Amino acid sequence: MFERIAKSLCSLRLTVVLLALGIIIVFVGTVAQADEGLYQAQERYFKHWWVWGLHMFGYKIPMFLPGGYLIGTLLLVNLTAAFIQRFQFTTKKLGIHLTHIGIILLLLGQLTTDLFSRETQLRMAEGESRSWSENGMSYELAFATDVDGGKEQVVAIPETIVSAQKEITHEKLPFTVRVKTYWPNSDPAFRAPMQQGEPPLTTNGVALAFDFRQIPITKSMDSKNVPTALLELEASGKSLGEWVASGWTADETMALAVRRSYLKQAGPQMADTILARLTEMQKFTVGGKEYRFSLRPTRAYKPYSMELLKVTHSVYPGTEIPKDFRSRVRIQHPAKGEDREVEIYMNSPLRYDGLTFYQYQMVGEELAMQYKETPSTVLQVVRNPSWLTPYAGCAIVSAGMIVQFMIHLVGFISRRKTA
Amino acid sequence: MSNTSSVTQKAKQGRGWRGVVASLLIALFVVEISMALFVKRADKTYAISEFAKLPLVFNGRVQPMDSLARNSLLQIRGITEVPLEGNGPGGAWGTWEELRTKGSELTERKWYQFSKRPKKLKPAEWLLEVVANPKLADDRYIFVINHPDLRSLMKLEGGVEKSGLHFYRYNDIKDNLQPILQAEAARASKLDATLRTPYDRAVLQLSSAWTLYFRLKNTLQPEDSKDFRKELDDYIAAIKHARSEAQERQAAGEKLDRETIDRLLEPVQRIAQRYEMMARMDTPLAVPLPHPGEKGHEIWHRMGDALMESNGETMAEPVKLLAGISSAYQAGDVAKFNESIKTYQDYLVSQNLTKDITKSNRETFFNQMLAFKRSMYIYIAAFLLVLLYWAGLNDVWRTTASRLLMIGFVVHTAGLIFRMWLEARPPVTNLYSSAIFIGWGAVVLGLVLERFYKDGIGIAVATCVGFLSLVVAHNLALGGDTMEMMRAVLDTNFWLATHVVVITLGYASTFVSGFLALVYIVRGVFTKTLTTETGKGLARMVYAIVCFSTLFSFVGTVLGGIWADQSWGRFWGWDPKENGALMIVLWNVLILHLRWGGMIRERGLMNCAIVGNIITSWSWFGVNMLGIGLHSYGFMDAAFMWLMLFVGSQLLLIGIGLTPSRFWASSGGISSCWPRRIGGIVASVAFLPWIVVFVSWLVGKPVSSKLAELIHWPTSGVWWTCGIAFVHVLVMIMIAIAEAQGRQSTPSVPSPSPAQG
Repeated sequence: MFERIAKSLCSLRLTVVLLALGIIIVFVGTVAQADEGLYQAQERYFKHWWVWGLHMFGYKIPMFLPGGYLIGTLLLVNLTAAFIQRFQFTTKKLGIHLTHIGIILLLLGQLTTDLFSRETQLRMAEGESRSWSENGMSYELAFATDVDGGKEQVVAIPETIVSAQKEITHEKLPFTVRVKTYWPNSDPAFRAPMQQGEPPLTTNGVALAFDFRQIPITKSMDSKNVPTALLELEASGKSLGEWVASGWTADETMALAVRRSYLKQAGPQMADTILARLTEMQKFTVGGKEYRFSLRPTRAYKPYSMELLKVTHSVYPGTEIPKDFRSRVRIQHPAKGEDREVEIYMNSPLRYDGLTFYQYQMVGEELAMQYKETPSTVLQVVRNPSWLTPYAGCAIVSAGMIVQFMIHLVGFISRRKTA
Repeated sequence: MSNTSSVTQKAKQGRGWRGVVASLLIALFVVEISMALFVKRADKTYAISEFAKLPLVFNGRVQPMDSLARNSLLQIRGITEVPLEGNGPGGAWGTWEELRTKGSELTERKWYQFSKRPKKLKPAEWLLEVVANPKLADDRYIFVINHPDLRSLMKLEGGVEKSGLHFYRYNDIKDNLQPILQAEAARASKLDATLRTPYDRAVLQLSSAWTLYFRLKNTLQPEDSKDFRKELDDYIAAIKHARSEAQERQAAGEKLDRETIDRLLEPVQRIAQRYEMMARMDTPLAVPLPHPGEKGHEIWHRMGDALMESNGETMAEPVKLLAGISSAYQAGDVAKFNESIKTYQDYLVSQNLTKDITKSNRETFFNQMLAFKRSMYIYIAAFLLVLLYWAGLNDVWRTTASRLLMIGFVVHTAGLIFRMWLEARPPVTNLYSSAIFIGWGAVVLGLVLERFYKDGIGIAVATCVGFLSLVVAHNLALGGDTMEMMRAVLDTNFWLATHVVVITLGYASTFVSGFLALVYIVRGVFTKTLTTETGKGLARMVYAIVCFSTLFSFVGTVLGGIWADQSWGRFWGWDPKENGALMIVLWNVLILHLRWGGMIRERGLMNCAIVGNIITSWSWFGVNMLGIGLHSYGFMDAAFMWLMLFVGSQLLLIGIGLTPSRFWASSGGISSCWPRRIGGIVASVAFLPWIVVFVSWLVGKPVSSKLAELIHWPTSGVWWTCGIAFVHVLVMIMIAIAEAQGRQSTPSVPSPSPAQG
């Protein structure tokens, strides 16, 4: 029995079946991206063991398929087993061995990337300095208060806990937070004076100036879900009132988008006021201590800071086609005594401290002038410990294939010559 | 090879009349190409060829007027020539102006009217009219409007018709552009690309054609200008007059209030308003204003901006010179026009713009070389000769075909290299150039195969893939400038030269293996020409090419991953285009493992290779149609139908390839049996739309307006469809001939069994 399983595990038939399934899942997962959105389709088809129900060309198909993880793992097992079982070192098979070692390396590399890589973003306006990057996909409910020595104490509650809509307590927080409603995606609207129809959501903080409403979750790549929660704070049995915590207030990119949307109809001055009202930190006092809170993009702090010195954004003459965009950044790492300037641009990322910083988005001078903002940049920050494996894997597989096909070709030509 | 002796024997037969015909055929192509390259035709009146070479900036790059003209005509009209004569009602022939007086039924020259040679405007000639004499240009039939609803929306009648396509003048459509078309276009542009109906797309197409035409008209002068050169002088004079009068009055002690100043400036304002309008339009940058010593300053400006920048004392020299050109043309003064062109050219040289001049001279030469169009014709000819050879007539056709293919390859390569040189880029920079390069790669592989096997198969595959991919390229060129500038992410010659080139070679080789398999199945099922020897040879070829494409597609895909890692930090993002490439790799690997494991043999290998065609076409085009991801080039609806047709035809051939071997003509099976009949019927049905288009082209009217609406290709698409249908008919005839011959000499045909697998 065990022998049979072992045998079928390293059989060529299994390889063939797995490859065929691989093609199918890649196809299905690609087509589904149009219906389900890039990220969800990736998660559901490629980063899962099973797939129940397909979504293709606008139709839902009740079908079962093994997911990307299962196929990948089985391929890896199949490959390794076959490799161990059939390994015999002959020059004739050198190419095949090399190819398969390379493939194993690639698969393992992809697996570790999936497990360990983290992507965050770093947004800075010219002249600004940052020592953290933000996650573009998730939010955290952060409560901050000043402690001795001019320092700030922050308690950040992950979005997953907030979205459960329960009571939240924390040892460092002298109050409880009751999440009354939570909307995964929302939209703000300024409560223009004199035009207020309905009463505000609550009578505290940002809700006085803005209405938030729930909107459907977006799957598109160009828009993102910005959550809003309605909280009730309570300290020692006494309510501190209901508050709105919205991603719109603390997510700089989204707040700027709000400002831009009012720029045309309300003018720059009014737009600035609206922005200030939106991003104004909400505060309350418990036991003589002032607490500030916001629903902000999840932060990853760094032991160093980056300052944006200058952005360059050029287009081809007479067009909107971007020709070059680059950010000049100053890195200050006090612990290492480092203070230097670097330039980050397309196809030339900065690798620093185990992270890689890529030029991602930019509001160049011209656009900034149009929006009456400070020019700014967004860097993509990626931690990927196994970033070198594809390079090695690719080189090994290519070498293996070239060796193998050369052996074939030489054999073929010499056979023809003797024939 | 066992048939070497018969080959030499046949080669001997090749002398005689066939040899003469073959040599003549080769000579014909060589002469035609050298004429195009080396014989310069002098301009009879206006120095159009000099005008064509004048540089300007559009789409972010320096290009000659000629390129602007060609690309604009492709976008507006679909064809780069504007005929001025044709057929009128009652068989009359003449210019459109004459014919219009007699009736509204105007058609372009029919293909069989060999004696008629209608006068045509060359692209640059047409552009000159548009920029310098818009009144004339407004009377040219350039806007192609085919959708019946759009025609009725625009209240259009008449127009010039050609093979079911209808062309109209600006004068025909101008009354209904605003607000009718504009409103419809605004509505359609808000829709999601996938939700647009053919009518919506037609509306958007016309609206963008009109916008482009409008921009072109205001490139050198305001479109309503009668004599721009004189107008400029008047403008300067008006400014000077107003200024001096104001100064005089001030000197006389008068205090000028706002109202007086406005009144003084009124004549200036009247003209300046039009220039301001021009400056607001997105016209090509036609005016060079070099700032010597100032680095990083843009040299090329829009005419409108250049006019607004004038200080009031004088106009910038290039503005005056360009105005001189357009005024001379509008006045019909040939000598003065030619002289103004010469003066302007001298001015450009004096301003150290030699780099731009050389670039646009070269590009004009490249445009007029029409390298890819010429190689297409040669590939068709070579393919037909191979069919003749297979029909068992004579070996001289194969050698001629292989020589023709070489000529075609040289022309194709010349075009490819010239393009690379012009752009200073690796061969593949966009979808258009990937099509050119796939064709080129396939021809190289075909030539190599032919060198080894000498049985015409390499030629057939090279010509087929070469021709088809050039057809694809030609249709992609209808989208506009094919040498557009590269966005910042793509602006890296290193990755373009490695990842893009290698992956495109992967596409090319997968297509070659697929087409080799097609040869196997078509020849095996429908003819008796697939001997055991040929079958084995084909299987070896397919296997070798699959190995090749595995290597290329794998290396290309991983290099793409590394590029992605370099530019945005993820090696693999499950982007549709990446997934498409991965599917090709997996499929090729799958074929190899199936073969190694003995799970497929000769025929299975062939059928799998055809599936490779489907997967590659999906990866090359299909994923772009999803309209998602980083590589998306927008929803290409026109291409979608073609992709479906291609996939359908491949599935059909796989179906035929799966029929039991006793039904294969080459396995000595009964020559007429039901599966073959059914196969024949199904094949005919699959080709029916093409036949309908072909017939409609013959009679010069759409046989079915519903079908025409469904198809609604750009004009040239119809041409190419007809070409394909024609070739298809020829194939049928060849098969019939081959079968007739095979039946006569049954004993000489070895009876093989190609269906071992």
